[in-house]
Amino acid sequence: MPSRAADHPDGPRPTPAPDDTQPATDDRARAAQGASLSTVASMRRLVPYIRPVLPRILAGVLCALGASLAALAVPRVLQWLVNGPLTTGLATHDESGLWWGVGLVLLLGVAEAGLIAARRALILIPGTNIEARLRTELFTHLQDLPVSFHDRWPGGQLLSRSMSDLGLLRRWIAFGMLTLVVSSVTIVVGIGILVATGGVLGLIYLAGAIPMTVMAFTFSRRFRAVSRKSQDQAGDLATAVEESVHGIRVLKAFGRGRDALQSFGRQADELRGTELDKAKIMSGLQAWLTAIPELTLGVSLVVGVWMVSEGRITVGALVAFFATAAVVNSPVIDLGMVLSMTLNARTAVDRYFDVMTTPNTLPDPAAPAEVTDPHGELAFTGVHFRYGDAPTEGPGSADVLDGVDLVLPPGKTVALVGLTGSGKSTLAMLVPRLYEVTGGSVTVDGVDVRDMTREHLRSLVGVAFEDATLFSASVRDNVLLGAPDDARTDADLERALDVAQAGFAHELPEGVETTIGEEGMSLSGGQRQRIALARAIAARPRVLVLDDPLSALDVDTEAAIQARLATELEEITTLIVAHRPSTVALADLVAVLQDGRITAVGPHSELLATNEHYRYVISSLEGEFTPPPPDDVEVARQVARGEARAVVDEALDSGDATPAGRNGATAIGAWQASEGSER
Amino acid sequence: MSATTAGPAGTTGTEGEDETRLSRAQSKTVRQRSLRLLGDLMSPHRKGLWVAGILVVVSTIAQVAGPALIATAIDTTLARLRDHDDWAPLLMVGGLYVVAAAVAGLSIAGYVRTSARVSQGILLDLRQRVFRQTQRLSLEFHESYTSGRIISRQTSDLESLRDLLDSGLTSIVSGVLMMLFTGASLFLIDWRTGLVLAASLIPAIALTRWFQTRSQVYYRESRTASARVIVNFVETMTGIRAVQAFRRERANDVTYGGFAEEYRAANARAMGLNGIYSPGLVLIGNITVAVALLVGGLRVFHGDLDVGVLVAVLLYVKRFFGPIQEIGMFYNSFQSASAALEKISGLLVEEPTVVEPARPVPLEHARGHVQLRGVEFAYVQGRPVLPRTDLDVPAGQTVALVGATGAGKSTLAKLLSRFYDVTAGSLELDGVDVRDLSGKDLRRAVVMVTQEAYLFSGSVRDNIAMGKPGASLEEVQAAARAVGAHDFIEQLPLGYDTDVNKRGGRVSAGQRQLLSFARAFLADPAVLILDEATSSLDIPGERLVQRGLQTLLADRTALIIAHRLSTVAIADRVLVMEHGVVVEDGTPAELIGGEGRFAALHAAWRDSLV
Ligand SMILES: Nc1ncnc2c1ncn2[C@@H]1O[C@H](COP(=O)(O)OP(=O)(O)OP(=O)(O)O)[C@@H](O)[C@H]1O
Ligand SMILES: Nc1ncnc2c1ncn2[C@@H]1O[C@H](COP(=O)(O)OP(=O)(O)OP(=O)(O)O)[C@@H](O)[C@H]1O
Ligand SMILES: [Mg+2]
Ligand SMILES: [Mg+2]
Repeated sequence: MPSRAADHPDGPRPTPAPDDTQPATDDRARAAQGASLSTVASMRRLVPYIRPVLPRILAGVLCALGASLAALAVPRVLQWLVNGPLTTGLATHDESGLWWGVGLVLLLGVAEAGLIAARRALILIPGTNIEARLRTELFTHLQDLPVSFHDRWPGGQLLSRSMSDLGLLRRWIAFGMLTLVVSSVTIVVGIGILVATGGVLGLIYLAGAIPMTVMAFTFSRRFRAVSRKSQDQAGDLATAVEESVHGIRVLKAFGRGRDALQSFGRQADELRGTELDKAKIMSGLQAWLTAIPELTLGVSLVVGVWMVSEGRITVGALVAFFATAAVVNSPVIDLGMVLSMTLNARTAVDRYFDVMTTPNTLPDPAAPAEVTDPHGELAFTGVHFRYGDAPTEGPGSADVLDGVDLVLPPGKTVALVGLTGSGKSTLAMLVPRLYEVTGGSVTVDGVDVRDMTREHLRSLVGVAFEDATLFSASVRDNVLLGAPDDARTDADLERALDVAQAGFAHELPEGVETTIGEEGMSLSGGQRQRIALARAIAARPRVLVLDDPLSALDVDTEAAIQARLATELEEITTLIVAHRPSTVALADLVAVLQDGRITAVGPHSELLATNEHYRYVISSLEGEFTPPPPDDVEVARQVARGEARAVVDEALDSGDATPAGRNGATAIGAWQASEGSER
Repeated sequence: MSATTAGPAGTTGTEGEDETRLSRAQSKTVRQRSLRLLGDLMSPHRKGLWVAGILVVVSTIAQVAGPALIATAIDTTLARLRDHDDWAPLLMVGGLYVVAAAVAGLSIAGYVRTSARVSQGILLDLRQRVFRQTQRLSLEFHESYTSGRIISRQTSDLESLRDLLDSGLTSIVSGVLMMLFTGASLFLIDWRTGLVLAASLIPAIALTRWFQTRSQVYYRESRTASARVIVNFVETMTGIRAVQAFRRERANDVTYGGFAEEYRAANARAMGLNGIYSPGLVLIGNITVAVALLVGGLRVFHGDLDVGVLVAVLLYVKRFFGPIQEIGMFYNSFQSASAALEKISGLLVEEPTVVEPARPVPLEHARGHVQLRGVEFAYVQGRPVLPRTDLDVPAGQTVALVGATGAGKSTLAKLLSRFYDVTAGSLELDGVDVRDLSGKDLRRAVVMVTQEAYLFSGSVRDNIAMGKPGASLEEVQAAARAVGAHDFIEQLPLGYDTDVNKRGGRVSAGQRQLLSFARAFLADPAVLILDEATSSLDIPGERLVQRGLQTLLADRTALIIAHRLSTVAIADRVLVMEHGVVVEDGTPAELIGGEGRFAALHAAWRDSLV
């Protein structure tokens, strides 16, 4: 399988030429911006989500502290009991002290458990709620973002943000955040007490905090970088999985499962490497966090014993010092865990907001216009378009659409004809504003598509894409996907299926309720295309955009659909992208797209007579047959074997130097000719 | 869907995997399957696990040594220093303290690394297993299972396992050991309190059983819900154009919101359960301490027990319950991971319907003679798509397969590439049943350009080179030239290194077809199947491809499916298919000259030409 974005760990997608106007660069800049924030600043972006549940979280923190206190109190009670009531009671045979003690221990024990339960209950709901809210908002935002965004962002990257990153965040909110607060409080208070009561010893312990703070900072920096890398790689891995399933037919057809596995294995191994790096960094921190406090205690011990021997402090004070230090030590050791959890959560937040702060480049206008009485006039005026990643100079730097002027009168059907890659689909996608013109305008009934809400525009415009893009739902749901609320009856379904000649749906195992598999893959190619056509028709648009809608159909079915469409489309303005004369036959007018412009518009027969480029694009009858040179056969075989490249270049170049040359060499022409002579 | 492992209905493989409330027997089978998988995954890492365990123990001992050293220092060295001005013992203890600190630090670092190596090793292994299985399974399976679920197995489910592995498998082991050790010591000191402790295990076990059965269901629900969220997400993002063009955003928000809420609720339920279980364990521990105190205290009053022993006993009881919360947490992760492993192991035991032969017949150099003998095929039982077909295609013949949409042309092609196995009859390549050929030989011999031209994200070059891994740039370029794709590739910003984006969205539909075509060109198989490989091409482009084909196909078997009858021109033979039956079979000239279906089709097509 081809290598993926994993090769480019610094961004979701490689950018060919660094250029500030390019969206992909924008993403990266934004990602870098997210990464350059301090952890606090980065996490602050969560505040709006956390604020409503802040009281619960604070209560949770209190419960956690309370539980710790309860737990700490038990030994004290036991101590008191042993020293007091038990020893004295033994003499006086007074058992009441014991009962009091037991009661107290029981009470504290129940309180501890109760507070733990309360803490969980308090934090649990906000944790999952915040997660769910972030998740649905991401989904909504992603649905809102333009197609060009989705072109650039690999699916796995989006998915991993929505699932793993938010899962990390939930766990941090439920455990990490709390532990962070409780541990920090314990450490600060503990060290405060140590310094206040321990004198020199306290200062020694405090001195240990200095290297630890430094350590924690360098750790954070390094860990953050690796954590980001690992989460990005996990996203790429998800992309690889997704593609390996979506492309499974190709992988099977070429027997490339093993290669795919190898490439996936490499990628997964890279992720493993990153995770191990993470563990390495983590282990360093853990080692220091464990060793430094112990080391300072070792030093304190020597100094402390010396001080006692000098009579500067009492043994009791020394013992008290160590007892308190023991309480501070364990949260210090936990700090490593909590810190890494927090940094992971922070990476998750960064990654999440990378997407959430991507602005929609195709927003709805502030004061939207509406086409109140649509006739369906569609006009392109001086339309320019270039894709975001087009280079500014060199090959391929010209605008894909370089000043398109075309008017489709209401109710007319216009065929758009041009060579492969000439920009037909691009032009078609501008109508429902899936992409945005970079110059000029597209108008429906005189209203610029940018002045309407997308919702309104898309209720006027129906589309059939060149690949069907169906969903794994029933035939009914697929066909009625965009149907307005008042046109979702069985009759509407029937009509759409009928126009698209998709009656086969009734013969499916469960009729129109049959689920058609992921992306409609349990249908034949032509069946998928007809469902997609029916879907466009069922949407009851005023303007219909059909991108090569009959390419997968046989001649008979094509003719039948044409007959139905001809009457059906009477009222509807239709832009139909066509490669074949048979499709063109549907149209009132033909527009020729050449070098990014409409170079000719007219009825088919007229253009055929007058326009050379049109003839070149659409006609198969012209030109006579030049039999391939005898050695061509051998050459092609060598090509297949990857040999004799030079020979081929020559052979093909000489044949292809001019369009006329390409035109001339047509096997079909020869066949037609020879056949004609036989008759 | 077939599956081979026997088990109570609804628990084999992935069948019924969304079911969360399983019967006792079903639950047992899937649980065992998932544990088997876990054991299987861990067994190669036995050594690592041991090392990690030892390191944890060493680090614990080193940390526990601290208080002991403090005690010695105060008890003995203080006197020596004060009374004899003898620094040696103090410095010695201080030195030991430093050594203990270093040992604790180093061993904890070693533990972190070792356990990461183990857990990452396990995850890598499992990822690859699932990936391999995904590739191994037949199309039939994928059609109904959907990519989203596989992704959820590979991501969200795997993360559950990761949580378990990261939750410190070995530190739990040491925790449990500690408990056992403490418990045993307690029995030695005072068996009566030992009995109290033992009695406390009864409610603890009951609580754990309760948690186990409940959480099993909840975690299953959580896994199922997470898969639903992912499936919905993936499908929406894949079809985003249609979603936007048909204004499905709001409806999708509702659906997705519902799934996300379901997932949230399932998580909340599972976490809520744990929110009872975990404090429940703490409660049991605390009550036990109180009871032990009461029992011990009363015995002290009756003179059966020394106060000193009571203190020790209470300390032991407390320590016994020390790791309990951690163990509760661990058990919780374990339940979650087991639910995930249930799904993953279900996918892993699924058997492909198209199986590799146990003893493949070698076919080093296929000639390309294809024979169908009484082939029947149905996707859905009882609805035959191909009713009994016989066909003989001699090596080297170029066959055009035409017919109405939905007739079964692609189906025939897919049988030939063995995407599916015939329902009856046999399909032979050079006299060998394709079911007896190894996948490797078959794929080398038969290559199909599928009707949907799928490109992977990655460079143009990598995409074409899929036809022949390791192909040089020259070979790739030659293939591109041969199908007329070279020119447009050169126009791309980075030429052959341009990323075509997901699904080849960076290039036009026709360009995608050309690239898929170049891919097949490079593969150079004995039998080439082209399923509507030129349907989106412009006519000049198609001509160029025809020309390339004519030479390419000169001596290889080819099956060309096309609605544009131009293809027929280069065919030696035409098959017309109707409802799965080959109704006409002859040379193009014969059929066109006749009065049959093809003659009519052809006439209609010719009329359409200009
Ligand atoms: N998402 C994209 N990003 C960058 N370039 C693109 C993108 N999609 C298409 N292109 C380029 O823009 C040009 C026009 O593509 P378009 O899909 O509009 O062609 P088309 O006329 O529809 O061709 P076809 O007949 O093959 O469908 C092509 O050269 C293509 O490589
Ligand atoms: N995966 C599948 N599961 C169930 N039914 C299927 C599946 N694939 C195809 N079919 C059905 O089998 C029949 C034949 O489909 P096939 O794809 O072979 O048609 P085709 O001749 O290639 O048509 P087209 O020209 O439209 O591509 C159709 O009725 C189709 O609905
Ligand atoms: Mg197109
Ligand atoms: Mg087909």
